[in-house]
Amino acid sequence: MFDYNFHWRPVMKSLPDLLEAALLTLQVAVLAMIFGIIIGLCLALIRLNMRGPLRWLASTWVELARNTPALFQLFFFGFGLGAFGLHLSPYMIVLAGLTFNCAGYLAENFRGGFQAVPDTQIRASRSLGMTAWQAYTRIVIPQVFRIVYHPITNQMVWAVLMSSLGMLVGFRELSGETQFFASRTFRIFEYFAVTAVIYYVIVKLILGASRLLATRLFRY
Amino acid sequence: MIEIQDLHKYFGALHVLKGINLNVEKGEVLSVIGASGSGKSTLLYCINGLEPVQQGKVVVDGTDVHAKGTDINKLRQQLGMVFQQWNSFPHLTALENVALAPKIVKGKSKAEAREIAAQQLKHVGLGEKLDVYPSALSGGQQQRLAIARALAMEPEYMLFDEATSALDPELVGEVLETMRMLAEEGMTMICVTHEMGFARDVSDRVAFFHQGVMEEIGPPEQIFGTPQSEHTQKFLANVR
Repeated sequence: MFDYNFHWRPVMKSLPDLLEAALLTLQVAVLAMIFGIIIGLCLALIRLNMRGPLRWLASTWVELARNTPALFQLFFFGFGLGAFGLHLSPYMIVLAGLTFNCAGYLAENFRGGFQAVPDTQIRASRSLGMTAWQAYTRIVIPQVFRIVYHPITNQMVWAVLMSSLGMLVGFRELSGETQFFASRTFRIFEYFAVTAVIYYVIVKLILGASRLLATRLFRY
Repeated sequence: MIEIQDLHKYFGALHVLKGINLNVEKGEVLSVIGASGSGKSTLLYCINGLEPVQQGKVVVDGTDVHAKGTDINKLRQQLGMVFQQWNSFPHLTALENVALAPKIVKGKSKAEAREIAAQQLKHVGLGEKLDVYPSALSGGQQQRLAIARALAMEPEYMLFDEATSALDPELVGEVLETMRMLAEEGMTMICVTHEMGFARDVSDRVAFFHQGVMEEIGPPEQIFGTPQSEHTQKFLANVR
């Protein structure tokens, strides 16, 4: 039918290296998500509550993150800043690019979450003598968190998959490492097939963990 | 005592309350009736400082609600409020809904707060529902939960903002029954309501609001029997 002989042995031999690179992928995605959640929350609160230059800055961030290809955002932190003499390591380029992108998307999720909690919840809290801070931290944010929980999970998956763009800026995460071995051995299909399985398993694990956590966190 | 003196409230250009003067004594039950948009609910929001006022003042037990130095969070502990949309906290169980404010606002211990909460929930007939989330409660039960939540702060006054208006007709009775029970226990209450039967049977006085003005106030027999103002007569003729 087709005369291609599969050679899996080189792939199996470099599997430990691939798995190590997979950990790097996971690490950069998790860090980007942690920073992304913190920054995204700030961007959402700024856009909801403030006027003036800060709000303009937050809106611009969100729009650039959502309206341009993630790859271009990575290139900006790599070649863009590089043109101005600021040279980041491949790891930092990917971390910065992913964080920028995740923060933009998460900001919109948070904004929707805050808007979905009725103002009357705050009124009811305040009428009981709670301070504005108590009303936000005890009543509003826990409800927002539930609303954005699944979108956050999605974004986490997206961050893992998007980190594969790192290979285009010389980052040896899972895809970069795969590309490196594939070009050395020319077993391109085999390498990328195995790597695809690794990505698949990582995402499966994330989704499973998220679902498990959700049943423990949200009983209502 | 709640003293309201020459109270004016604007929403932008809209003049919602036009010089209200009203005193509510300890132990009194006052019902406030009138058409939608007459300023009844706004009056309640001004009493506990959820809405700022533009002129006049509200004094609760000697404290000016809207004065600069007033600790509004402390004052609100004296003024329990129940809303039309009951506003239960969906992420907390019935017990947690009621126990939260005593714990974080009044600084009660967790055990103490839970005990108060359980007691208040029993009081309003929800003793079997302590660990249930609001989503599993009917509207009437959620409104009674909201009443228990306000009572757990041990307020001196209770403000009811159309507490039964959003309920299915068959659920109105249980909430009115709970309000009646509070009145009989001697709670000072201001009830904005469309339930004329409740206003007539339970209140000591009834106030009629029309377009931001308190047109008439008096004992229920007078308001429902021999209303003086033309607007009151018209309103009552329409709701009967």
